[in-house]
Amino acid sequence: MNIIACVKQVPDTEAQIKVKADGSGIDEGGIKWVMNPYDEFGVEEALRLKEKFGGEVTIVCLGPARAMETIRTALAMGADKGIHIDDPALYEADSYATAEALAAAIKGLPYDIIFCGQRAIDDDSGQVGSILAELLGIPVVTMVTKLEVEGNSAKATRPIEGAQLVISTSLPCVITATKGLNEPRYASLPGIMKAKKKPVDIKNAAALGVSGASKAKVVKFVPPPARPPGKIICADDTPEGKAAELVKLLREEAKVI
Amino acid sequence: MAKGVFFVAECRDGALRKVSFELASTARKLADQLGDEVGAILCGSGVESLASELAKYGADKVFVVDNPALEPYTTGAHAQAVAQVVKDNSPSILLCAASAQGKDLSAALVGKLATGMATDCTDLRIENGRLVAVRPMYAGKCYGEVVISSDPQMASLRPNVFPVVECAKAGQVVKVDVALGELKTKVVEVIKDTGGKIDVTEANIVISGGRGMKGPENFAILEELAALLGAAVGASRAAVDAGWRPQSDQVGQTGKVVSPNLYIACGISGAIQHLAGMSSSKYIVAINKDPEAPIFQKADYGVVDDLFKVVPEMTKEVKKLLG
Repeated sequence: MNIIACVKQVPDTEAQIKVKADGSGIDEGGIKWVMNPYDEFGVEEALRLKEKFGGEVTIVCLGPARAMETIRTALAMGADKGIHIDDPALYEADSYATAEALAAAIKGLPYDIIFCGQRAIDDDSGQVGSILAELLGIPVVTMVTKLEVEGNSAKATRPIEGAQLVISTSLPCVITATKGLNEPRYASLPGIMKAKKKPVDIKNAAALGVSGASKAKVVKFVPPPARPPGKIICADDTPEGKAAELVKLLREEAKVI
Repeated sequence: MAKGVFFVAECRDGALRKVSFELASTARKLADQLGDEVGAILCGSGVESLASELAKYGADKVFVVDNPALEPYTTGAHAQAVAQVVKDNSPSILLCAASAQGKDLSAALVGKLATGMATDCTDLRIENGRLVAVRPMYAGKCYGEVVISSDPQMASLRPNVFPVVECAKAGQVVKVDVALGELKTKVVEVIKDTGGKIDVTEANIVISGGRGMKGPENFAILEELAALLGAAVGASRAAVDAGWRPQSDQVGQTGKVVSPNLYIACGISGAIQHLAGMSSSKYIVAINKDPEAPIFQKADYGVVDDLFKVVPEMTKEVKKLLG
């Protein structure tokens, strides 16, 4: 089975995000970069399928030089090889242009399943997997929490509000992974050593025949609206008194209950 | 030239979901600023009778694609149907819901229509005849203002944020036949969550518990209060990773981002990844024993005390209120 896992390098979830003074982007100083957590679920699932059915896992990643670290992490977890799409023309690519670049890198490779994270936790767009499927002309199941592959098809479970859908899909397909799919493994020390020797192909926009021209642009970054300072409820300093005061305020002042 | 503000209505089990009216009202507001018409796109099986409800909230036209293959929802079938209506009518703006179904559909549509989209928007405005979409990024740690150079300019709207405003229009029904190509996915089973639980992204009130809940059994006190208030019960990553609550309840950067009217955080210290998922709530209450907990910096009302004493007392007070 040939499996592709797309990964992105993003700021760690504990990172404080500061907007640059001119609103042109975020200040990347001091940020710890990690593999997008949702992509990690995709890589882990890819490795489990390889362990079950045999075959190869290829990592595809778009990002600057530092993103190589994320590719190496995936290789250390057990993936076989990588493609690093690195071109300044693509750093600001929107979801469509990103999917175009990924599709160009993937076209021509053999694949049965392509994994993407359901969204990257930096731009939170959640579009790339679906666009990629469309560009490759294959089906997509998004937000998958359980996957069973059987022969030429797969059954994927995805949550919607108040229910879980079990969806059958033909292969090849794109699966976007979400929390619940699995518990990603840590890279072992021998894995980390081996990863250093695994092949990673570096490609630029010209080699892929894409321009990176984006249709959606973030024209301005702004900090979140400040919240007015809150009130600490003391009342008569008993839990009963505080609870009564709180319920009263929620009813009469905030008018939310 | 592209013209018109269109939106994709969302139905489930034969009824329109509330977010459809939020979409209709928002489309109406934008169309009035542009001097354009509002077109609703309604796809499903036996859904034509729902068109008049969309007219009530501002739809000039309702494009109805009625086909048994559109029920239940699948990405492939709905994306083909909506894309057809869009290609035939060339709207300048296309709005979708940022619900589970809407996120899935809208992302596939971006691929089919080769355009750009701002996901999960919390505000939309028109500048120089083009859409400016405001959306949280990094789970709300910052916001981005997005403009889209291609048509239709797509935006998905975060449920529960945009107001529903009645504004009756003609709602002229336009039936559209779409020849659906081969469908590669199929819903084989629908497993309903037990007890008619409200999803954290859809509830007006969310009561969440964290590590301070000390164990899964103690969530019962949150559930009792939630039942009285019609609230959903959420959880922090710590509570989910401990196996106390299902993943679908997790609020935060690696869970769901919520914007209810009222968010009550119980025994949650307020790790940045949790704060990111709930800071856009209208009112935030924090109940925590530790006065230094970062959650208090986001709270409108803070109670420094033992949640196991405060929450049951709140339940008593609310019972009194509701008679």
